[in-house]
Amino acid sequence: MSDVADRVKKIVVEHLGVEEDKVVENASFIDDLGADSLDTVELVMAFEEEFGIEIPDDAAETIQSFGDAVKFITEAA
Amino acid sequence: MRRVVVTGLGMVSPLGDGVDVTWSRLLDGQSGAGPITKFDASHLGTTYACEVPRGEGEGDFNADAYMPPKEQRKIDDFILYGVAAADQAIADSGWVPESDDDRFRTGVMIGSGIGGLNSIADTAVLLKEKGPRRVSPFFIPGALINLVSGQVSIKYGLKGPNHAVVTACSTGAHAIGDAARLIALDDADVMVAGGAESPISEIGVAGFNACKALSTKRADDPTKASRPWDADRDGFVMGEGAGVVVLEEYEHAKARGAKIYAEILGYGLSGDAHHITAPPPNHEGAERAMRAAVKRAGIAPSEIDYVNAHGTSTMADTIELGAVERVLGDAASECSMSSTKSAIGHLLGAAGAVEAIFCILAIRDQVAPPTLNLENVDCEHTIDLIGPEKRERKIETVLSNSFGFGGTNASLIMGKVR
Repeated sequence: MSDVADRVKKIVVEHLGVEEDKVVENASFIDDLGADSLDTVELVMAFEEEFGIEIPDDAAETIQSFGDAVKFITEAA
Repeated sequence: MRRVVVTGLGMVSPLGDGVDVTWSRLLDGQSGAGPITKFDASHLGTTYACEVPRGEGEGDFNADAYMPPKEQRKIDDFILYGVAAADQAIADSGWVPESDDDRFRTGVMIGSGIGGLNSIADTAVLLKEKGPRRVSPFFIPGALINLVSGQVSIKYGLKGPNHAVVTACSTGAHAIGDAARLIALDDADVMVAGGAESPISEIGVAGFNACKALSTKRADDPTKASRPWDADRDGFVMGEGAGVVVLEEYEHAKARGAKIYAEILGYGLSGDAHHITAPPPNHEGAERAMRAAVKRAGIAPSEIDYVNAHGTSTMADTIELGAVERVLGDAASECSMSSTKSAIGHLLGAAGAVEAIFCILAIRDQVAPPTLNLENVDCEHTIDLIGPEKRERKIETVLSNSFGFGGTNASLIMGKVR
């Protein structure tokens, strides 16, 4: 697994309080990992902070799963 | 009007987590005061406070026992304390709403004097340093005062009246009084009511220091700092925590065989219309609040056995004492009074609720808690002022006073169920 994926997974585990093995490629933050809409806003903020990038609101709406996040950040960073 | 009784108690205090540990340490004469450990306070005018002991030791408050760490991160401490005290009170009451109608008839009214002061201060700094995109989506719902009531209602599915009192240091007493009225007027059968506060922060201490309200001279021994009515008092000692009670309509409580601690007999409110932080010289506003509570209770003032004073360890202590004695009249010498702020400090918006619980326990155990550090009383008095030792005596009817900035006064009278 890439460095980006590891760092994203760490953030997801910390913020959502989920087991690491639940954070898989197609795991949806809301449907599978118990996040609500405010949690997803906070997750995106944490990604921005960790990777020093800006994720515009319209892009943030497309980041629904762990895989989405890793893909977006890999391309943006 | 319908009768209202107390069927559950919950508390997080500077003397520990829970009603039993706090009460036994209070009667034992222990103090919750010490140097501030939450942050570096060395540059502030006051360096000590009554902090809730946190950890895993005996009687310590272990936040993880009440809420997962990921949820704690999203809220200010006053919400955490309020939810914990509500958990305890609801468990103690044994009330489990099972039908929709039960849930619609059970409400929450837990207030706070200031709310998420520390969260607001931290977020303001973050906003300035890193800009608006770094402000957490949990900032607002983690700082709003009514979010204790909101969190408790969500956790337990309580769909009745959902409300929060904000009357500075009268909050806890107003919340219990107002919630009791909702039950008396048939808007609910059960109310989870009280107050929560977490003001011990750099901005909180600096703010109250600026008002010249806090004790500043006892850094050498903070346990001696809170000394209501004592000639050497120099301001209040800030405390934190929460007190929550379960209030219930009398027949509802009896029908389910609930343990009944006491009855809410009277509740009186008044305004001083005088000054933003100081009471008037004779505190006639306090006197009117007490008289209104006595009238509502339908008792003679001479029936009051114990008064838990507002008694903050400020100049206002003796003014309150004068007002209490005017209400009691010739019966003052038969009545005992103490200030438990001497041991736990001033919990601001939680104070009235925590102190109402002490009053209820005084009725249960027939013992009045002490006033620590009361060595040289600063005024003439005929009332029995309780010093550093608890007082065992007949206690059937009690009065609890709470007064707040803005000139807001609340008095509660509670008694044995007859």
